[in-house]
Amino acid sequence: MANISTLNTTAAGFDAVSDQVASGPRGRKPRRTLSPRNIMLYGTLFVFALYYLLPLYVMVVTSLKGMPEVRMGNIFSPPMEITFEPWVKAWAEACTGLNCDGLSRGFWNSVRILVPSVVVSIAVASVSGYALANWRFKGSEFYFSILIIGAFIPYQVMLYPVVIALREIGVYGTLTGLVIVHTIFGMPILTLLFRNYFASLPVELFKAARIDGAGFWQIYFRIMLPMSLPIFVVAMILQVTGIWNDFLFGVVFTRPDVYPMTVQLNNIVNSVQGVKEYNVNMAATLLTGAVPLIVYFLSGRLFVRGIAAGAVKG
Amino acid sequence: MTNSVSIRDLSLSFGAVKVLQDLNLEIRDGEFLVLLGSSGCGKSTLLNCIAGLLEPTDGQIFIKGRNVTWEEPKDRGIGMVFQSYALYPQMTVEKNLSFGLRVAGVPKEDIQRRIARAADILQIQPLLNRKPAELSGGQRQRVAIGRALVRDVDVFLFDEPLSNLDAKLRSELRVEIKRLHHSLKNTMIYVTHDQIEALTLADRIAIMKSGVIQQLDDPVTIYNRPVNLFVAGFIGSPSMNFLHGELAEEGGRAVFRTHGVSFSLTGYEATEPLAPGRKVVLGVRPEHIHVDNHEPGAEMHDAVVDIEEPMGADNLLWLKHAGHTMSVRTGGAKRFAPGTKLQMSFDMSVASLFDAETEERV
Repeated sequence: MANISTLNTTAAGFDAVSDQVASGPRGRKPRRTLSPRNIMLYGTLFVFALYYLLPLYVMVVTSLKGMPEVRMGNIFSPPMEITFEPWVKAWAEACTGLNCDGLSRGFWNSVRILVPSVVVSIAVASVSGYALANWRFKGSEFYFSILIIGAFIPYQVMLYPVVIALREIGVYGTLTGLVIVHTIFGMPILTLLFRNYFASLPVELFKAARIDGAGFWQIYFRIMLPMSLPIFVVAMILQVTGIWNDFLFGVVFTRPDVYPMTVQLNNIVNSVQGVKEYNVNMAATLLTGAVPLIVYFLSGRLFVRGIAAGAVKG
Repeated sequence: MTNSVSIRDLSLSFGAVKVLQDLNLEIRDGEFLVLLGSSGCGKSTLLNCIAGLLEPTDGQIFIKGRNVTWEEPKDRGIGMVFQSYALYPQMTVEKNLSFGLRVAGVPKEDIQRRIARAADILQIQPLLNRKPAELSGGQRQRVAIGRALVRDVDVFLFDEPLSNLDAKLRSELRVEIKRLHHSLKNTMIYVTHDQIEALTLADRIAIMKSGVIQQLDDPVTIYNRPVNLFVAGFIGSPSMNFLHGELAEEGGRAVFRTHGVSFSLTGYEATEPLAPGRKVVLGVRPEHIHVDNHEPGAEMHDAVVDIEEPMGADNLLWLKHAGHTMSVRTGGAKRFAPGTKLQMSFDMSVASLFDAETEERV
C-alpha cells in the first residue's frame, strides 16, 4: 500500500510540472528588433559606413560634373548636368609630359607588369612553400629564416643596390626589370603564406601519396594544388593589389614611356601647368583604383567559397 | 624460410633525442604483428621507418629478404593505412584507389580489375563514385584499406587505423581486419595503443617502451607471463594487482609475505630459485582471485568488500585485505554489498612475481 501512495504523489508532482511547462516559456526566446544592442550596433555601422563612403561619393559626383559646376564649390551636391567628358579625358586625352594619350597607356603598362609578376611569383612561391613544408632538405630551416628576414627589410634600403643589379643585367628601365623586382620582393611573404598553408594540411596525405609512388611534382600538382584554391586566391589578392598599387618601384625602375598607371596618375594629378581639372583628376583616380576594387569584389566571394570548400575534411 | 620483414640494429634519433635504439625484430611471413605501447614509445616511428617515410640513423631493414634500407616507399612492396585515413579529398573513391596504380602507369583494364576485386573484398562498390567527404568514418577507413589492397603488396602497415572511430565501429572493423588477414594471409604490422585490439588481432605482440621492445610474444603468453612489471601493468583492464613484499620460507615451502600475511607460492612456475628475504612484487590479475568456487585445497584469506562496480557481464569488487586494496572480477549474477566479509584465494599458477629492484620476472 505504501508503494501505491508514493506512486500517486509522484504522479501528482509530474502533473504540476507539466502544467508549468505548458504555460511557461517555450522554444526560441523572442528578441526585439529595436533593442538597445541593435541600435548601438547598426548605428555604429552606419556612422562608419558614412565616414568611409563620403569621400567616394564626393569623388564620383565631382568626376561627373563639368568644370564650371566644379568651380561653384558645392562639393556635396549631385551634378546638375551629368557629363562623362572627364572620364573620357582621363582615359584617353590627359597629358603627362609629352604624351597626351591619357591613362590608357599606364593601364596597359600596369597590366603587362601585373600579369607576369603575379603568375611567376605565385608559381615560384607555392612550389618553394610546398618544398619547405613537406620536403625537409639540408639547410631548409636556414633558407626559410633568410626568407623571413627578407620580409622585414624595408624596400627603400634596397632601392640603390637593385638599380645597380638591374643595370648590370641590362634590364634597368624596362618592364622586364620591374617584373623581376616585383617577383623577388613578393617572394618572402608569399612563400611564408604557402609554407604555412601546406604545413597545415594533414601530413598523412603527403605520406600516403609517397607510398602510392608519387614524386615531388606529382604530389604538388595532383594532391596539393587541388586542395589549395583558397590560399591561391589569397595570394592572388595580395599580389594583384600590391603590384597594382605600387608606386615606388614603378617610378624608380622604369622610364616615362613604360610608367605604370599609378605613376602616370600622380603625374596627371600633380601637373603644375594650366588649371587644376578636379573632375578629370577624380575620374583618373577612380579608374586607377578600379582594378583592386574589382578584384576585392569578385574574389571576395570566391575567397569565402574557397575556404568553405577547403574546410570539408577529407 | 625467409622472414617477411627483418629489422636489424635499427636506431633513429631526432637531434639528441633517441627514439629507437638498436632495435631488432623478425616478422614471419603471413604473421600479424602488433606494436603496442603508450604514445611516444616509438611504435609509429618504427612503422614509418619500415614504410620508408623516415630515414633511420643506423641499422637495416629487410623486406622479403631484400635490403630496402635506402629504397623509396613505393619500391618496398608495402601498403599503409593511416589513422586519419589520408584519403585525397578532391578525388572520388575510385580515383583514390587507383591513384597509385595510375602513377605507376598500370594499364587501364588491370586497374579496373584490381579495383573491382578490392571493392568486392571490402564491400565498397556502391561508394566508388563518392568523394571522401560524403563517407562515414568506417567507410573512409575501408577505402583507405582498399588503397593498400589494390597495390598488391607483400606487407600491410596499419598506423592506429581504428583510433578515430567510435567504439561500436571499432569493434566491427577489428573483426573485418582479422577476417581480411585470414583470407589474404599477408604479413601485417599494426600499431596501436589499444590493448584489446592488440590481444584480439595479433599473432604476436611487441610491447614497446621508450624505443625498446619489452616483450615479443603471443597474446596468451603476454597476458599470463609478462616478463616485467611494465608489461604486467600495461596489459589488462582493470589492471593487475601488485602486492609489495618479500619472499620467505615456511615449512620448507616458498611463501610471499606482506603486512604479516603469508601467501603460499605453490603452483607458481619460478624461472629462478626463490631465495628467502628477496624483495619482490606479486602480481595477480583480478580474474585470478576467487571469492567463490574455490579450488579444492586452496589457501583462504579473509577480506572485506570495499566497493562494488557492476559492469553487466561481470562484477568488479574492490577488496580490503591486510593493508592492500585489490580488484577482483566475479560473475555478474552475484552481488556483494560494501562491508561484506568473505574469503578469497589466489590462482598462483597464473600469478607473476617480479624482483622489486630490477622489475624483471622471477
